[in-house]
Amino acid sequence: MDLAFMAETWLALLAGLPLTLRLAGWSVLCGGVLALVLALMSLSRHPALVWPARAFVFVFRGTPLLVQVFLIYYGLGQFRPTLQAWGVWWFFREAYWCALTALSLNTAAYAAEIIRGAILSVPYGQIEAGRACGMGRLTLARRIVGPIALRQALPAYSNEIVSMVKATSLASIITLAEVTFIAQKLIAQTFRAVEIFICAGSIYLLINIAVTRAILGLEYWLSPHLRAAPREPPASEAAHA
Amino acid sequence: MTYLELMGFGPTGWGPAMLRAAGMTVVVAVLGFLAGAVFGSLAAWAKLSRVRPLRWLADGYTTLLRGVPDLLVIYLFYFGGSAALSAVARMLGGQGFVGVPALLTGALALGAISGAYQAEVYRGAFLALARGELEAARAVGMPPALMFRRIVAPQVLRYAIPGLGNVWQLVLKESALISVTGLVELLRQSQIGSGSTREPFPFYLTAAALYLAITTVSTYGFGWLETRSMRGVRRA
Repeated sequence: MDLAFMAETWLALLAGLPLTLRLAGWSVLCGGVLALVLALMSLSRHPALVWPARAFVFVFRGTPLLVQVFLIYYGLGQFRPTLQAWGVWWFFREAYWCALTALSLNTAAYAAEIIRGAILSVPYGQIEAGRACGMGRLTLARRIVGPIALRQALPAYSNEIVSMVKATSLASIITLAEVTFIAQKLIAQTFRAVEIFICAGSIYLLINIAVTRAILGLEYWLSPHLRAAPREPPASEAAHA
Repeated sequence: MTYLELMGFGPTGWGPAMLRAAGMTVVVAVLGFLAGAVFGSLAAWAKLSRVRPLRWLADGYTTLLRGVPDLLVIYLFYFGGSAALSAVARMLGGQGFVGVPALLTGALALGAISGAYQAEVYRGAFLALARGELEAARAVGMPPALMFRRIVAPQVLRYAIPGLGNVWQLVLKESALISVTGLVELLRQSQIGSGSTREPFPFYLTAAALYLAITTVSTYGFGWLETRSMRGVRRA
């Protein structure tokens, strides 16, 4: 294996890293906000809120992300005059915004189910205790349900973020020059698929390891009550005090 | 042209082509899933083995394939496969570029990806087996192959069904990525259709609806399998 070539390739691929990170970061953020709204909608008892949320989740989890990307980027392009009349054409003209929209909507559907499950997992006794102390709905959400659900959702959400980082590679198909786009160009030019795959793969793997580690850290920090108690100070020190 | 004329079964309709392409999507997904079952069970076996290098190898495989975009894996198989075949052809005295059949590339790439996920499913299912049953099988003198066939495989498959259902849905949706290799499956057919009619929206919408139909049917299918496989199990 040609190490000089691989070093060169790795550096060339790094040029796409900012775009990959930007797509992943923004879609996780926007998708997360939308997911929270969707989860609250499907947990509400109002059918007019529950059914749209369920339909959204059903459609976006049941179809491939690439189809969603094409539907938004190429499909909506067919309605250009209408979109221009509405003044939103500048948004749907750009591959970047289309990719971001598709990624956000897609992750929102998956994350909504994670958040819904996490909220449902909050033990009823905790909510009851909160109410018994006279907490209002907002205080209850902020102090009791939110923190418990957040901790519950973290492991599954970490998987979702990893799959979002991987999903940004689909943006390469609609001409966005992120890591996979550059890798594909290089493979087509040099036909050294294995070396380039190793370089590009290592970049994604490093991002994903960093994400997983960061969330494990967050989980550790959020669950002090589940860790073993710190050891008692030795008896001699206690005698001093 | 109205939507029905465009997607219908008349002389100008794309209905038959789209349905055939949906069939191809199912074929490539099934082949990929089966290839993944082979890779996955081998990897699960390696992960559970006592030989350390085997465990490392399998752990490396699942970590890599689950942490790298599937599109990259598909490019690896597509370009790497044809590069390797061309090299072999050169050795045999041929010349020029030899392409790998797109269906084979697709099935192998999907197999490699889904194998990494299936490995975890099989491993978890094996660990859920009651130790006493394996002990009892050994005690009555079953050789390993017979024990695998009568005791391990039927139960592992039963425990694995929910997890395998998730992997199947994944494979079905990943199969859309195989369109980049030129295999005429549902998404590629929609691209061809929207290119020649300049009406992308109806084509991608139809593709989405067909994918949704396939995933929905599969959800019910796996639900039925799960209930059926649990017939003999007493539940609380």
